[in-house]
Amino acid sequence: MSEYLLLLLSTALVNNVVLVKFLGLCPFMGISKKMDTALSMGLATTFVITFTTAGSWLLEHWLLIPLGIEYLRILTYILVIAAVVQFTEMVIRKVSPPLYQVLGIYLPLITTNCAVLGLPLLNVQEKSGFAVSLIGGFGSSVGFTLVLVLFAGMRERIALASVPPAFSGAPIAFITAGILALAFMGFAGLVPH
Amino acid sequence: MITAIASLTILGAILGLILGVAARVFRVEGNALVAELTDILPGSQCGQCGFPGCSGAAQALAEGHAPVTLCPPGGRAVALALAAKLGVEADVSGVQDARPMIAEVREELCIGCTRCFKVCPTDAIMGAAQQIHSVFREACTACGKCEAVCPTESITLQPVQLTLHAWYWHKPVTQTTIAA
Repeated sequence: MSEYLLLLLSTALVNNVVLVKFLGLCPFMGISKKMDTALSMGLATTFVITFTTAGSWLLEHWLLIPLGIEYLRILTYILVIAAVVQFTEMVIRKVSPPLYQVLGIYLPLITTNCAVLGLPLLNVQEKSGFAVSLIGGFGSSVGFTLVLVLFAGMRERIALASVPPAFSGAPIAFITAGILALAFMGFAGLVPH
Repeated sequence: MITAIASLTILGAILGLILGVAARVFRVEGNALVAELTDILPGSQCGQCGFPGCSGAAQALAEGHAPVTLCPPGGRAVALALAAKLGVEADVSGVQDARPMIAEVREELCIGCTRCFKVCPTDAIMGAAQQIHSVFREACTACGKCEAVCPTESITLQPVQLTLHAWYWHKPVTQTTIAA
Protein backbone atom coordinates (compact mmCIF):
# COMPACT_ATOMS: atom_id res chain seq x y z
CA MET A 1 0.00 0.00 0.00
CA SER A 2 2.71 2.43 1.08
CA GLU A 3 4.50 1.57 -2.14
CA TYR A 4 1.53 2.83 -4.15
CA LEU A 5 1.26 5.96 -2.04
CA LEU A 6 4.92 6.59 -2.68
CA LEU A 7 4.34 6.07 -6.40
CA LEU A 8 1.46 8.54 -6.33
CA LEU A 9 3.59 11.11 -4.55
CA SER A 10 6.55 10.54 -6.80
CA THR A 11 4.59 10.91 -10.04
CA ALA A 12 2.62 13.89 -8.80
CA LEU A 13 5.47 15.89 -7.30
CA VAL A 14 8.94 14.51 -7.84
CA ASN A 15 8.64 13.45 -11.47
CA ASN A 16 6.03 16.04 -12.27
CA VAL A 17 4.87 15.57 -15.82
CA VAL A 18 4.94 19.26 -16.72
CA LEU A 19 7.78 20.76 -14.74
CA VAL A 20 10.23 17.87 -14.65
CA LYS A 21 9.43 15.86 -17.78
CA PHE A 22 8.26 18.91 -19.74
CA LEU A 23 5.26 17.21 -21.29
CA GLY A 24 1.94 18.90 -21.89
CA LEU A 25 3.23 22.45 -22.04
CA CYS A 26 0.56 23.60 -24.48
CA PRO A 27 -2.40 23.55 -22.06
CA PHE A 28 0.02 24.60 -19.27
CA MET A 29 0.54 27.89 -21.11
CA GLY A 30 -2.83 28.11 -22.84
CA ILE A 31 -5.37 27.41 -20.11
CA SER A 32 -3.63 28.90 -17.10
CA LYS A 33 -5.04 32.42 -17.18
CA LYS A 34 -7.84 31.75 -14.72
CA MET A 35 -7.80 29.45 -11.77
CA ASP A 36 -11.23 27.84 -12.09
CA THR A 37 -10.83 27.05 -15.79
CA ALA A 38 -7.37 25.68 -15.02
CA LEU A 39 -8.90 23.41 -12.42
CA SER A 40 -11.60 22.18 -14.81
CA MET A 41 -9.05 21.60 -17.53
CA GLY A 42 -6.90 19.71 -15.08
CA LEU A 43 -9.81 17.52 -14.03
CA ALA A 44 -10.77 16.81 -17.65
CA THR A 45 -7.16 15.89 -18.42
CA THR A 46 -6.98 13.74 -15.28
CA PHE A 47 -10.02 11.81 -16.45
CA VAL A 48 -8.57 11.36 -19.93
CA ILE A 49 -5.08 10.35 -18.76
CA THR A 50 -6.34 7.87 -16.17
CA PHE A 51 -8.60 6.15 -18.68
CA THR A 52 -6.07 6.13 -21.49
CA THR A 53 -3.27 4.73 -19.35
CA ALA A 54 -5.59 1.92 -18.24
CA GLY A 55 -6.98 1.36 -21.75
CA SER A 56 -3.56 1.45 -23.36
CA TRP A 57 -2.16 -1.03 -20.89
CA LEU A 58 -4.99 -3.45 -21.56
CA LEU A 59 -4.61 -3.06 -25.32
CA GLU A 60 -0.86 -3.38 -25.10
CA HIS A 61 -0.98 -6.65 -23.16
CA TRP A 62 -4.14 -8.21 -24.59
CA LEU A 63 -3.96 -7.11 -28.20
CA LEU A 64 -0.61 -5.75 -29.37
CA ILE A 65 1.76 -8.22 -27.68
CA PRO A 66 -0.29 -11.43 -28.29
CA LEU A 67 -0.72 -10.56 -31.97
CA GLY A 68 2.87 -9.34 -32.31
CA ILE A 69 1.88 -5.95 -33.70
CA GLU A 70 3.71 -3.69 -31.27
CA TYR A 71 4.66 -1.43 -34.17
CA LEU A 72 1.05 -0.19 -34.18
CA ARG A 73 1.41 1.02 -30.60
CA ILE A 74 1.25 4.77 -31.22
CA LEU A 75 -1.61 4.42 -33.68
CA THR A 76 -3.62 2.31 -31.24
CA TYR A 77 -2.95 4.64 -28.35
CA ILE A 78 -3.97 7.66 -30.36
CA LEU A 79 -7.19 5.88 -31.27
CA VAL A 80 -7.96 5.25 -27.60
CA ILE A 81 -6.99 8.81 -26.63
CA ALA A 82 -9.15 10.35 -29.33
CA ALA A 83 -12.12 8.23 -28.29
CA VAL A 84 -11.76 9.10 -24.60
CA VAL A 85 -11.36 12.81 -25.38
CA GLN A 86 -14.40 12.74 -27.62
CA PHE A 87 -16.34 11.06 -24.84
CA THR A 88 -15.16 13.65 -22.30
CA GLU A 89 -16.18 16.43 -24.65
CA MET A 90 -19.68 15.00 -24.98
CA VAL A 91 -20.04 14.66 -21.22
CA ILE A 92 -18.80 18.18 -20.50
CA ARG A 93 -21.00 19.63 -23.20
CA LYS A 94 -23.99 17.93 -21.64
CA VAL A 95 -23.13 18.55 -18.01
CA SER A 96 -21.66 22.05 -18.12
CA PRO A 97 -22.21 24.16 -21.28
CA PRO A 98 -20.43 27.24 -19.81
CA LEU A 99 -17.35 25.14 -19.08
CA TYR A 100 -17.57 23.77 -22.62
CA GLN A 101 -17.52 27.35 -23.90
CA VAL A 102 -14.61 28.35 -21.69
CA LEU A 103 -12.41 25.37 -22.48
CA GLY A 104 -13.18 25.84 -26.16
CA ILE A 105 -10.54 24.55 -28.50
CA TYR A 106 -8.35 23.28 -25.66
CA LEU A 107 -10.81 20.52 -24.87
CA PRO A 108 -10.42 18.59 -28.17
CA LEU A 109 -6.75 19.54 -28.03
CA ILE A 110 -6.33 17.23 -25.03
CA THR A 111 -5.95 14.65 -27.79
CA THR A 112 -2.68 16.23 -28.85
CA ASN A 113 -1.48 16.87 -25.31
CA CYS A 114 1.81 14.98 -25.39
CA ALA A 115 1.48 14.02 -21.73
CA VAL A 116 -1.55 11.92 -22.61
CA LEU A 117 0.39 9.91 -25.18
CA GLY A 118 3.67 10.13 -23.32
CA LEU A 119 2.55 8.46 -20.09
CA PRO A 120 1.33 5.18 -21.68
CA LEU A 121 4.50 5.06 -23.78
CA LEU A 122 6.66 5.60 -20.69
CA ASN A 123 4.73 2.81 -18.96
CA VAL A 124 5.57 0.48 -21.83
CA GLN A 125 9.20 1.53 -21.68
CA GLU A 126 9.41 0.84 -17.95
CA LYS A 127 7.42 -2.42 -18.31
CA SER A 128 5.06 -1.37 -15.54
CA GLY A 129 2.25 -3.60 -14.34
CA PHE A 130 -1.40 -2.62 -14.61
CA ALA A 131 -1.80 -1.16 -11.12
CA VAL A 132 1.47 0.74 -11.37
CA SER A 133 0.48 2.12 -14.77
CA LEU A 134 -2.94 3.16 -13.56
CA ILE A 135 -1.70 4.78 -10.37
CA GLY A 136 1.24 6.34 -12.17
CA GLY A 137 -1.10 7.80 -14.79
CA PHE A 138 -3.49 9.09 -12.15
CA GLY A 139 -0.65 10.54 -10.07
CA SER A 140 0.90 12.24 -13.07
CA SER A 141 -2.38 13.82 -14.07
CA VAL A 142 -2.97 14.96 -10.50
CA GLY A 143 0.48 16.53 -10.70
CA PHE A 144 -0.53 18.15 -13.99
CA THR A 145 -3.68 19.57 -12.41
CA LEU A 146 -1.77 20.77 -9.37
CA VAL A 147 0.84 22.57 -11.45
CA LEU A 148 -1.79 24.05 -13.75
CA VAL A 149 -3.75 25.46 -10.81
CA LEU A 150 -0.60 26.74 -9.08
CA PHE A 151 0.55 28.41 -12.24
CA ALA A 152 -2.89 29.91 -12.92
CA GLY A 153 -2.90 31.37 -9.42
CA MET A 154 0.48 32.95 -10.03
CA ARG A 155 -0.59 34.34 -13.38
CA GLU A 156 -3.71 35.84 -11.82
CA ARG A 157 -1.46 37.73 -9.42
CA ILE A 158 1.00 38.69 -12.14
CA ALA A 159 -1.87 40.12 -14.17
CA LEU A 160 -2.32 42.69 -11.38
CA ALA A 161 1.37 43.39 -10.86
CA SER A 162 3.22 46.06 -12.77
CA VAL A 163 5.45 44.12 -15.09
CA PRO A 164 8.06 45.95 -17.20
CA PRO A 165 6.73 46.31 -20.74
CA ALA A 166 9.49 44.15 -22.20
CA PHE A 167 8.41 41.23 -20.00
CA SER A 168 4.64 41.64 -19.99
CA GLY A 169 2.51 38.90 -21.44
CA ALA A 170 4.09 35.65 -22.52
CA PRO A 171 7.70 36.36 -21.41
CA ILE A 172 6.83 36.79 -17.75
CA ALA A 173 4.68 33.67 -17.95
CA PHE A 174 7.62 31.67 -19.28
CA ILE A 175 9.93 33.07 -16.63
CA THR A 176 7.41 32.20 -13.93
CA ALA A 177 7.11 28.70 -15.34
CA GLY A 178 10.89 28.34 -15.20
CA ILE A 179 11.05 29.45 -11.58
CA LEU A 180 8.20 27.10 -10.74
CA ALA A 181 10.12 24.26 -12.39
CA LEU A 182 13.17 25.15 -10.29
CA ALA A 183 11.01 25.10 -7.18
CA PHE A 184 9.70 21.65 -8.11
CA MET A 185 13.26 20.36 -8.27
CA GLY A 186 13.21 20.79 -4.51
CA PHE A 187 10.87 17.79 -4.31
CA ALA A 188 13.61 15.59 -5.72
CA GLY A 189 14.81 14.67 -2.26
CA LEU A 190 11.34 13.75 -1.04
CA VAL A 191 11.25 10.18 -2.35
CA PRO A 192 14.31 7.97 -1.87
CA HIS A 193 15.47 6.42 -5.12
CA MET B 1 -0.47 -7.63 -41.97
CA ILE B 2 -4.02 -9.00 -42.01
CA THR B 3 -4.10 -9.24 -38.20
CA ALA B 4 -2.89 -5.66 -37.92
CA ILE B 5 -5.55 -4.35 -40.28
CA ALA B 6 -8.28 -6.49 -38.78
CA SER B 7 -7.45 -5.69 -35.15
CA LEU B 8 -7.27 -1.96 -35.72
CA THR B 9 -10.47 -2.00 -37.77
CA ILE B 10 -12.31 -3.93 -35.07
CA LEU B 11 -10.89 -1.65 -32.37
CA GLY B 12 -11.99 1.41 -34.30
CA ALA B 13 -15.43 -0.04 -34.87
CA ILE B 14 -15.88 -0.86 -31.17
CA LEU B 15 -14.72 2.59 -30.06
CA GLY B 16 -16.94 4.17 -32.70
CA LEU B 17 -19.89 2.18 -31.44
CA ILE B 18 -19.24 3.28 -27.86
CA LEU B 19 -18.97 6.90 -28.95
CA GLY B 20 -22.13 6.59 -31.02
CA VAL B 21 -24.07 5.30 -28.03
CA ALA B 22 -22.53 8.02 -25.84
CA ALA B 23 -23.55 10.66 -28.37
CA ARG B 24 -27.15 9.44 -28.04
CA VAL B 25 -27.04 9.33 -24.26
CA PHE B 26 -25.36 12.70 -23.85
CA ARG B 27 -27.14 14.46 -26.65
CA VAL B 28 -27.60 18.18 -26.06
CA GLU B 29 -31.05 19.37 -26.90
CA GLY B 30 -29.96 22.65 -28.37
CA ASN B 31 -32.54 25.37 -28.74
CA ALA B 32 -34.36 24.47 -31.96
CA LEU B 33 -35.12 28.13 -32.61
CA VAL B 34 -31.42 29.03 -32.47
CA ALA B 35 -30.68 26.37 -35.06
CA GLU B 36 -33.38 27.69 -37.37
CA LEU B 37 -32.19 31.29 -36.96
CA THR B 38 -28.65 30.21 -37.69
CA ASP B 39 -29.89 28.68 -40.92
CA ILE B 40 -31.51 31.97 -41.95
CA LEU B 41 -28.35 33.98 -41.32
CA PRO B 42 -25.72 34.00 -44.09
CA GLY B 43 -23.24 31.87 -42.19
CA SER B 44 -20.12 33.68 -43.29
CA GLN B 45 -19.22 34.50 -39.64
CA CYS B 46 -18.20 38.02 -40.69
CA GLY B 47 -18.91 39.53 -37.29
CA GLN B 48 -20.38 42.80 -38.55
CA CYS B 49 -23.29 42.41 -36.13
CA GLY B 50 -20.86 42.53 -33.20
CA PHE B 51 -21.52 38.95 -32.12
CA PRO B 52 -18.94 36.21 -32.45
CA GLY B 53 -20.21 34.63 -35.64
CA CYS B 54 -23.64 33.75 -36.91
CA SER B 55 -24.48 31.24 -34.17
CA GLY B 56 -23.74 33.88 -31.54
CA ALA B 57 -26.02 36.29 -33.37
CA ALA B 58 -28.74 33.65 -33.57
CA GLN B 59 -28.42 33.04 -29.83
CA ALA B 60 -28.81 36.76 -29.12
CA LEU B 61 -31.78 36.99 -31.50
CA ALA B 62 -33.50 34.06 -29.82
CA GLU B 63 -33.03 35.67 -26.41
CA GLY B 64 -34.30 38.98 -27.72
CA HIS B 65 -31.08 40.90 -27.13
CA ALA B 66 -30.60 41.87 -30.74
CA PRO B 67 -32.75 43.52 -33.39
CA VAL B 68 -33.70 41.51 -36.45
CA THR B 69 -31.95 44.10 -38.59
CA LEU B 70 -28.57 43.19 -37.15
CA CYS B 71 -27.14 41.51 -40.22
CA PRO B 72 -25.74 43.96 -42.79
CA PRO B 73 -24.72 41.40 -45.41
CA GLY B 74 -28.12 39.73 -45.18
CA GLY B 75 -29.91 42.95 -46.00
CA ARG B 76 -33.66 43.29 -46.22
CA ALA B 77 -34.40 39.69 -47.12
CA VAL B 78 -32.71 38.24 -44.04
CA ALA B 79 -34.22 40.90 -41.76
CA LEU B 80 -37.70 40.06 -43.02
CA ALA B 81 -37.14 36.34 -42.75
CA LEU B 82 -35.88 36.75 -39.16
CA ALA B 83 -38.83 38.95 -38.25
CA ALA B 84 -41.24 36.39 -39.69
CA LYS B 85 -39.56 33.57 -37.79
CA LEU B 86 -39.56 35.47 -34.51
CA GLY B 87 -43.01 36.95 -35.02
CA VAL B 88 -41.91 40.55 -34.49
CA GLU B 89 -42.46 43.69 -36.49
CA ALA B 90 -39.38 44.64 -38.42
CA ASP B 91 -38.55 48.20 -39.31
CA VAL B 92 -36.60 47.59 -42.46
CA SER B 93 -36.60 51.20 -43.61
CA GLY B 94 -33.09 51.65 -42.28
CA VAL B 95 -31.80 48.49 -43.86
CA GLN B 96 -30.05 49.11 -47.06
CA ASP B 97 -31.06 46.48 -49.47
CA ALA B 98 -27.54 45.51 -50.06
CA ARG B 99 -26.69 45.79 -53.67
CA PRO B 100 -24.41 42.98 -54.59
CA MET B 101 -20.98 44.26 -53.66
CA ILE B 102 -17.62 42.68 -54.06
CA ALA B 103 -14.16 43.49 -52.81
CA GLU B 104 -11.82 44.80 -55.45
CA VAL B 105 -8.09 45.42 -55.29
CA ARG B 106 -6.69 48.55 -56.90
CA GLU B 107 -3.45 47.15 -58.12
CA GLU B 108 -1.55 50.42 -58.21
CA LEU B 109 -2.09 50.86 -54.45
CA CYS B 110 -1.73 47.30 -53.17
CA ILE B 111 1.58 46.86 -51.30
CA GLY B 112 1.17 43.14 -50.68
CA CYS B 113 0.95 43.42 -46.91
CA THR B 114 -1.27 40.28 -46.59
CA ARG B 115 -3.44 41.88 -43.93
CA CYS B 116 -6.63 41.56 -45.94
CA PHE B 117 -6.43 37.89 -46.62
CA LYS B 118 -5.66 37.15 -43.01
CA VAL B 119 -8.98 38.65 -41.93
CA CYS B 120 -11.07 37.34 -44.82
CA PRO B 121 -13.65 34.98 -43.31
CA THR B 122 -14.29 33.16 -46.58
CA ASP B 123 -10.71 32.89 -47.83
CA ALA B 124 -11.70 34.89 -50.86
CA ILE B 125 -8.44 36.81 -51.18
CA MET B 126 -5.42 35.29 -52.81
CA GLY B 127 -1.89 36.59 -52.54
CA ALA B 128 1.41 36.45 -50.77
CA ALA B 129 3.72 38.91 -49.06
CA GLN B 130 4.98 41.58 -51.47
CA GLN B 131 2.61 40.38 -54.18
CA ILE B 132 -0.49 42.11 -55.44
CA HIS B 133 -3.54 40.41 -53.96
CA SER B 134 -6.63 39.52 -55.87
CA VAL B 135 -10.17 38.55 -54.97
CA PHE B 136 -12.05 35.41 -55.87
CA ARG B 137 -15.34 36.87 -56.96
CA GLU B 138 -17.31 33.70 -56.24
CA ALA B 139 -16.15 33.47 -52.64
CA CYS B 140 -16.36 37.13 -51.60
CA THR B 141 -19.33 37.92 -49.37
CA ALA B 142 -18.62 41.64 -49.18
CA CYS B 143 -18.35 41.62 -45.39
CA GLY B 144 -15.98 44.60 -45.55
CA LYS B 145 -13.37 43.31 -43.10
CA CYS B 146 -10.61 43.64 -45.67
CA GLU B 147 -11.61 47.21 -46.39
CA ALA B 148 -11.17 48.05 -42.72
CA VAL B 149 -7.65 46.65 -42.35
CA CYS B 150 -6.17 47.81 -45.65
CA PRO B 151 -3.42 50.36 -44.89
CA THR B 152 -3.43 51.92 -48.36
CA GLU B 153 -7.16 51.85 -49.10
CA SER B 154 -6.42 49.67 -52.03
CA ILE B 155 -9.10 47.09 -51.34
CA THR B 156 -12.62 48.48 -51.40
CA LEU B 157 -16.12 47.17 -51.81
CA GLN B 158 -17.49 47.96 -55.21
CA PRO B 159 -20.93 47.25 -56.62
CA VAL B 160 -20.85 44.29 -58.94
CA GLN B 161 -21.03 45.45 -62.52
CA LEU B 162 -24.05 43.99 -64.18
CA THR B 163 -22.68 41.90 -67.00
CA LEU B 164 -23.95 38.80 -68.65
CA HIS B 165 -21.76 36.77 -66.32
CA ALA B 166 -22.92 38.51 -63.15
CA TRP B 167 -26.63 38.49 -63.88
CA TYR B 168 -28.83 36.04 -62.04
CA TRP B 169 -32.50 35.28 -62.04
CA HIS B 170 -34.11 36.91 -59.06
CA LYS B 171 -34.76 34.66 -56.15
CA PRO B 172 -38.33 33.36 -56.03
CA VAL B 173 -40.60 35.50 -53.87
CA THR B 174 -41.19 33.45 -50.75
CA GLN B 175 -44.18 33.41 -48.46
CA THR B 176 -42.33 35.36 -45.78
CA THR B 177 -41.48 38.26 -48.05
CA ILE B 178 -45.06 38.47 -49.35
CA ALA B 179 -46.42 38.51 -45.82
CA ALA B 180 -44.11 41.34 -44.91
